[in-house]
Amino acid sequence: MTNMIKTENVRFEYNTQSGSTSLALDDISINIAKGEFVAILGHNGSGKSTLAKHFNALLLPGAGTVYVKGMNTKDEKLLWNIRQTAGMVFQNPDNQIVATIVEEDVAFGPENLGIEPAEIRKRVDGSIKTVDMAEYAKHSPHLLSGGQKQRVAIAGIIAMKPECIILDEPTALLDPIGRREVMNTIIKLNKEEGITIVLITHYMDEAIQADRIYVMKNGKIILEGKPKDIFKEVETVKNAGLDVPQVTELCHRLSREGLKLSPDILTVEEMVVELCRLK
Amino acid sequence: MIKDITIGQYIPGDTIIHNLDPRIKIIITFVFITLLFFVGNYFSYLYIIAFMGLAIVLSKISPKFIIRGLKPLIVIIALTVILNVFMTQGEVIYRIWRLSITREGLYQAGFMGLRLIFLITGASLLTLTTSPIALTDGIEKLLSPLKRIGVPAHELAMMMTIALRFIPTLLEETDKIMKAQMARGADFETGNLINRARAMVPLLVPLFISAFRRADELALAMEARCYRGGEKRTRMKQLKLEFRDYGGMLITAAVCFLVIWSR
Repeated sequence: MTNMIKTENVRFEYNTQSGSTSLALDDISINIAKGEFVAILGHNGSGKSTLAKHFNALLLPGAGTVYVKGMNTKDEKLLWNIRQTAGMVFQNPDNQIVATIVEEDVAFGPENLGIEPAEIRKRVDGSIKTVDMAEYAKHSPHLLSGGQKQRVAIAGIIAMKPECIILDEPTALLDPIGRREVMNTIIKLNKEEGITIVLITHYMDEAIQADRIYVMKNGKIILEGKPKDIFKEVETVKNAGLDVPQVTELCHRLSREGLKLSPDILTVEEMVVELCRLK
Repeated sequence: MIKDITIGQYIPGDTIIHNLDPRIKIIITFVFITLLFFVGNYFSYLYIIAFMGLAIVLSKISPKFIIRGLKPLIVIIALTVILNVFMTQGEVIYRIWRLSITREGLYQAGFMGLRLIFLITGASLLTLTTSPIALTDGIEKLLSPLKRIGVPAHELAMMMTIALRFIPTLLEETDKIMKAQMARGADFETGNLINRARAMVPLLVPLFISAFRRADELALAMEARCYRGGEKRTRMKQLKLEFRDYGGMLITAAVCFLVIWSR
């Protein structure tokens, strides 16, 4: 499998107002393969958003290197290639929509790339359809719900034909319905379009849907693995200031009370099956 | 009061006037406004009225709406008319106390009043039938030849687009902050002008801070979407002159000729 994003011993320091520096990323080495769906979990201030900004050269590492499809993000000549390859969706949908009409906004990225008008048209129509917003193509973004706005933002990135999309807490400001819409879109992009997804989040139930999870704490990766393996480490996850999914929590407590349950239960259905087997 | 101002509003539609190329519409409006200063006598106004009437009928915008747009400016129009009636020298027809109404004054006043009315309706018809985006595109394209002498045409258009995009967002935000401050006892409605102005401070400070934060995030998002200024940038919607645009130009040229010829 080829690498999509690879970081080698990345360190990053922020200058604080008092003049001292605080370490946001400490020796991060990760590897994300093409076509993978990876979640980066972490509490506020764990450095996960800082890490995300390294993936498309919005931030450059203080030490170490970040490669996007083999391109070093420090190479200025490759900057626009990197940003086109790795698109980024931010937390606040209001602050990333540029134009006053949905389809104009989706066209913003391809227009910046200098693509032919006819081709832009095709891509815009295609991406709006992919995120199920076709009937809103001529609407004004401020009349849409949070989840719809975030899907428009995603469409704006897809229209640039990226191979990888980094989503920095795309659901943090949305209501449950909006969150579900956005998650479904993300999963669809990964499964149907084969786009590599890096989802930065602090919601467990979103992270479970990924192929692989990195858990961050204080600028370090403290756990890495498949969702089932991650949530076996209930204590470590809780130490990182995160909650484990309800079902996992229940499973953990039941096992502590002496019930023999498989430790890799993640969904209610699995729990039901497992509990019925106990009889 | 704010609801009365129709200048700058946009009424969506699918008429010939709505679909004219924005560049042509902007040029026609400017030519029309300039032309108003070339009108030599009342007879020439017939051409202007015919032209304006044709545009309004074709745009399917109700004349009532356009008249409503004149309302906030009625004071200026009235002042112009009154000043002209009394201040023009000439043959006196009526005298009230020390003020005298002259024949020339009446003639001049009607003339000036009509000029102002057409000026306003002409400009508002442009914004009523052109979406802000089309208007921005038109301005960008019209200014682009001036890029060579350093006019930042693309940047101006981008600024206008972003401003238009954020007006509703910031209005919503203002409303939210206002309610939050009112919930904590702020009073925006009573007191004299100075007190009310002072009450706005706790509204404006958070609004400005959030606007700056938004600007920062938007800049980051634009950069992440490969925005690097106007160079090498293409547009999805290409402006293309069509038959109706040439028709519009032709009619405008004809009216210009008639007005100037009948001076």
